[in-house]
This record gives sequence, structure tokens and C-alpha cells, in this order.
Amino acid sequence: MLIPHPLLGLRDAQEFTYYGDAALMNRPDPNAETAEADFCDYVFLRDNPAGVHRELWFHEQGDRSWLVVTRNTVTHEILSAELATDVKSRGAK
Amino acid sequence: MRFSGFKVFKEAVTGHKGWKPLWGNPEPKKSYDIIIVGGGGHGLATAYHLAATYGLENIAVLEKSWLGSGNIGRNTTIIRSNYMLPGNQPFYEFSMKLWESQEQDLNFNSMVSQRSIINLCHTDAQRDAYRRRGNAMHLSGAGGTLLSQDDLREMVPFLNFDNARFPIKGGLMQKRAGTARHDGVAWGYARAADMRGVDLIQNCEVTGFRIEDGKMLGVETSRGYIGAKKVGVAVAGSSSRVMAMAGMRLPIESHVLQAFVSEGLKPTIPGVITFGAGHFYVSQSDKGGLVFGGDIDGYNSYAQRGNLPVVEDVVEGGMALMPMIGRARLLRSWGGIMDMSMDGSPIIDKTHIDGLYLNAGWCYGGFKATPASGYCFAHLLATDTPHETATAYRLDRFARGYVIDEKGVGAQPNLH
Ligand SMILES: Cc1cc2nc3c(=O)[nH]c(=O)nc-3n(C[C@H](O)[C@H](O)[C@H](O)COP(=O)(O)OP(=O)(O)OC[C@H]3O[C@@H](n4cnc5c(N)ncnc54)[C@H](O)[C@@H]3O)c2cc1C
Repeated sequence: MLIPHPLLGLRDAQEFTYYGDAALMNRPDPNAETAEADFCDYVFLRDNPAGVHRELWFHEQGDRSWLVVTRNTVTHEILSAELATDVKSRGAK
Repeated sequence: MRFSGFKVFKEAVTGHKGWKPLWGNPEPKKSYDIIIVGGGGHGLATAYHLAATYGLENIAVLEKSWLGSGNIGRNTTIIRSNYMLPGNQPFYEFSMKLWESQEQDLNFNSMVSQRSIINLCHTDAQRDAYRRRGNAMHLSGAGGTLLSQDDLREMVPFLNFDNARFPIKGGLMQKRAGTARHDGVAWGYARAADMRGVDLIQNCEVTGFRIEDGKMLGVETSRGYIGAKKVGVAVAGSSSRVMAMAGMRLPIESHVLQAFVSEGLKPTIPGVITFGAGHFYVSQSDKGGLVFGGDIDGYNSYAQRGNLPVVEDVVEGGMALMPMIGRARLLRSWGGIMDMSMDGSPIIDKTHIDGLYLNAGWCYGGFKATPASGYCFAHLLATDTPHETATAYRLDRFARGYVIDEKGVGAQPNLH
């Protein structure tokens, strides 16, 4: 798989470390009433869809940036890649 | 039709005209008492035990493809009970005992071969860890032997003992471990279940559940609606997809694991050898092919095929461990989709929906579990209580903080 790094162009997926669902960027509020259940959900439960999946890849052997990669889990086709910091600053999910 | 030496002899002299199909191909009925979703090893073993051990009737297995088309026919056939944690040990040892009597119980040659497994170690710390694991294995009767480098040089002289990065210092052996014929296991359970009146329904994909007031009424399938008092889901690799239809999210990611087989060679490898440090394990099939594999690809996947970097990684591990493997030609490689659970251990439990039961999260180690998984899931479906060897496999263990993490890597499925 080749990941289209927004700054570095197409990079071999082997340079990256896979972390999981991009929803992991949204940590629950530890002060919320429901914090215990929220964190249990955050740490352990996943949507795990067959199809389009937004996920975190760390460019460990590259520029050490975190990317949000949109990939199809059924075909392994990579649809897009963005810097996680850009996604975060947009405030998007 | 019973298999026996006499039967084989009789067929041989009468032109092999008396063999019959091993199971039927019935039309689905309007409803069943118990429906098992998934005709892999675990689903078929569950149906067999429901009928044979718990004496229940009116049972169907619904399989979206053909029986045994999933991981049961894709794995590298290793069976073992060399686990350490109390939640796992009794269960896998129970499974090992069921393997030992399986061929007689099912009257089917599943080619169970207790040819041993050796896990190699490379440092003093690893040897200590293996000694501890070996002692834990003795507590449950699984047995285990710590091997020195000299022992290994005698048993498996072809290993590269003086590898610069991972010199081989010793190993932990479980003599009772080994391999079984994976397809044979599926066929054996399918035939034994069919003989006891279970309907095995193929090409029948479950596409939804009919649930009312928190109670299971039946399943929507590609062959129409089928009513059921109880539904047990055992769809390895597809658990998240199927349970999502009941509105559930699971502590599971689906990942692909690849496996490889070489051309047939003369007998060279006595048992199963694992080289954890090099991401490689190998055994030799009865046909002579070297059967080997390594790590999962490591990203969510439902593709049933992996990518080349892992092929390279596995083959490098093989070359590092036993350079002679470089002379063998690779025949085939393939992939299977597995439920990687958040602690690397399985789930056999009821759900919050009355009449819906879940068997999932077997990671890359569910083949060896097939007999006990079927037994324990049948026990749960029949009695509504967990089997004594499977009490730790609850779905709520994550929330309660009772994870069973053999590898100690935390909630990161691609590291288990
Ligand atoms: C490459 C590889 C190597 C492995 N090596 C080993 C090993 O050496 N030792 C070991 O112990 N384990 C090993 N495993 C793991 C083991 O194969 C699995 O954990 C185990 O087979 C899973 O249980 P099963 O047999 O019931 O799964 P499967 O055979 O996959 O059965 C699940 C069935 O459910 C069906 N299904 C899915 N969705 C639906 C639906 N909606 N409706 C109806 N049916 C559906 C599927 O078609 C499938 O037939 C390996 C796995 C892989 C992929």
C-alpha cells in the first residue's frame, strides 16, 4: 500500500505504524458524569466497519507526523490522507 | 454410514460404490429452537455438542458460503495448550483433551497428530519467562518441558543456533501439542452434527435480526426469514459486522493474517517450531509441504488477502531461523480475516438481548480452541450458564477490568 502523504507524496505504508480508528483522536471528557463508561467505550469498543474507514497512521520512519488516512478495508484502496493536526484544527471528527 | 477399517476393506473390494455424501443439503425450515450463525469450525462444533452432548433437537447452522470456507480452512492447523493465565489455561487444556479423543468421538479421521511444539528463546530473561509459563502449564495438567540448547541441537539440528541477533539458547516444549487436518475437523463436526439431525444450511447469509422488546425472534437471511428461540453467532472475523445488525459494538478489530505452504518435501521438521522474535513459525504437513506464517498485516482488513511487506518479513524470519528453507519453493499463500480482540482473548457469552449469544474474538489462535469452543458455547446455549472452563470469557470483562492479556500489550489489537 502507498499512502499519499500530504507533504511528502506517495510513501510506502511500511514506513508507518498503524494505530487504529481515527475516532481515537477524540478523547472523552474525564470530568463528565459518564466519564467511566465513556472511557471504557473509547479504550475498548470499535466500529470496525467493512468498507470506508478513517484511521491513524504514524510516519515513524519518515517525518514522524500523524496522518488520518481514509481507506477501504474491503479492497485496501486508499482514498485520501491528511495531517492529523489539520483535521484536529478543523475541529472535525 | 460408519467409518471403520472393515468398511474401507469392503469398499475396496466392491468398487467404492457404497460411499455416501457426508451431510445433506436441506431447505431451511420456518423456525428452529436454536440457530447457529456461521458454519466454520466453532459453529459446527457447537451444533454437534448441542445435539450430542446436550441432547437438543431442532437446530440449524446457517453459513453464508460453503461449510468450512472461512478460517477453519485457512489456518496453519496448530493445536496446543501452552497458555499461562488462569482464565485461559483450563479452557485450552480442556480443548486439548477433546482433541485427544476427537477422532473416536466423531468417528472421523481428523488427522490429529501430537507431534509437539517448541517455542524458542534467545535470552536468559526469555528462558525465565518460559520456565514460569511451563510451571503454569503443569498446574493445569498441560505439561511442558524446558529444553537446553544441547537438547535442541539434537532434536532440530538444522536451526541457525548462532544467529548474531537471536542466538538460540533453548526452548519450551509441549509434547502433547501438534497439528490436525483443518478441513477434516470441519467435515468431521459437520457430518457428526448432520447425523444427529442438525440442519446444515449453506449459501444462507444472515442479513439481519428480528428483535422485539429486547427479545430475539429470528433472523433475516438471503433465503428468507427464519424464526429462532435462541441465536448463537460464531462468525469469526465478521463478528463486528454481524453484531452491528443487533446494534452492538464489540471490543474487536478485524485483521488479516497470511499463511504459506511450500512444495512437498521429505520429512524434515519433526513438530511445530515457533520463532517469536523473528515473527515466524513452521510445521510440516503430512503431504510434506512446509506450512508457515508470521505476524498479522496489522491494519483493519476484511480483504482475505494481505500485502507483500508481510510476505517478505515472514520469509526473512524463515531464512534467519533455518537457512535451508531458501531451497524450497513457495507453492501458495493466502489470507484470512480474524477478530482481533482488545486483550487477545476470546468471548463466549450472552448478550443484553434475550436469546442472542456471542462466540467471537479468537484472534489467530481459534483453531486449537475449536472443540472446547463448541462444547462451551453449546453449554451456554443449552443451560444459560457458562461452562466451568470458560467463565472468564465474558463480554463485560473489559468494562470490569478483568481483561485476559497473555501478551501484556494492552488494548491494541494489532499487537496481540
Ligand atoms: C492464516 C491463518 C492461520 C491461522 N493459524 C492458526 C493456528 O495455527 N492455530 C490456531 O489455533 N488458530 C489459527 N488461526 C485462527 C483460526 O483459524 C480461527 O480463530 C478459527 O478458525 C475461527 O473460528 P471458525 O473456524 O468458526 O471460523 P470460520 O471458519 O471463519 O467460520 C466463520 C463462518 O461464518 C460465516 N459467516 C460470516 N458472516 C456470516 C453471515 N452474515 N451469515 C452466515 N454466515 C456468516 C463465514 O462464511 C465463515 O464460514 C489462523 C487463522 C488464519 C487466518
